[in-house]
Amino acid sequence: MNFGVLVFPGSNCDHDCAHAVAEGLGQHVREIWHQETSLEGVDAVIVPGGFSYGDYLRTGAIAQFSPIMEALKEFAAKGGLVLGICNGFQILLEVGLLPGVMMRNRDLSFICEDVYVKVENAATPFTNACESGQILKLPIAHAEGNYYTDPITLSSLQANAQVVFRYCDSDGQVITEVNPNGSLDNIAGIRNAAGNVFGLMPHPERCAESVFGNQDGLLVFQSMVNAFTEVHST
Amino acid sequence: MKAKIHVTLKSGILDPQGRAIQQSLATLGFSSVHDVRVGKFLEVELGDSDQSQAESQLKAMCEKLLANTVIEDYRYELEPFEQN
Repeated sequence: MNFGVLVFPGSNCDHDCAHAVAEGLGQHVREIWHQETSLEGVDAVIVPGGFSYGDYLRTGAIAQFSPIMEALKEFAAKGGLVLGICNGFQILLEVGLLPGVMMRNRDLSFICEDVYVKVENAATPFTNACESGQILKLPIAHAEGNYYTDPITLSSLQANAQVVFRYCDSDGQVITEVNPNGSLDNIAGIRNAAGNVFGLMPHPERCAESVFGNQDGLLVFQSMVNAFTEVHST
Repeated sequence: MKAKIHVTLKSGILDPQGRAIQQSLATLGFSSVHDVRVGKFLEVELGDSDQSQAESQLKAMCEKLLANTVIEDYRYELEPFEQN
């Protein structure tokens, strides 16, 4: 399987993502500079974390108009798998591939810590290696992870099982006390209606190899490989 | 022409920065301040264009990039360049 990792000026998790899929899962990976215009030969795209364009104006706001984004929109429209992590999630929101916006964290601080998330939907190309209701420990590192959308969009996200990860405690209870950033409905990750685009604030690439002492993140990448293999073996 | 653009959070959207500033003002003794909202101010210099052309361009700029209309409102004022 061929992964593509987009690289914007200011991306800083691009190598980590490439390392996770190459070393963690033995897959092919290519880093794709944002000035490129084609995603030919790519089976899945990772939009990595970082501070694209210095977070100027709004997080992800400038990156949405990079040349590669037209190809990404086309790729997503055709059903290609797109994973946005942290700033990558913010970019997917700005470009409209996922609904809603990210606001400044409730307590204004940049939060860098391990959190627990509950797998609310294990029937997606990004979570099929997880059990439904499984609790994952993943690191977050962001100042703008306070997910917000209007009540109508929120209801439809909930009704269509588009909320994939919610912040929870170590027992899997989804409660306000463990919501790190004020995110609506404890949302940590959502997918689009078609199911092929997924954005999450935690960093699975930072806990995808045994050297990290935690490999929960590998489940996300493994799921993408599973989904791809399933489609291409039938 | 020159445009002065204000981008502000819609009413009803929680503004954590504004709230922190309000609390800080209260600490300084400005206890009558009951709300602070933080926004952005942009000055955009446009080339030669007539008023209606400039306005339609500004609207497009705000809708596409300068504001995220899910949570933000925008307004602008147009003024002619100052001649030096």
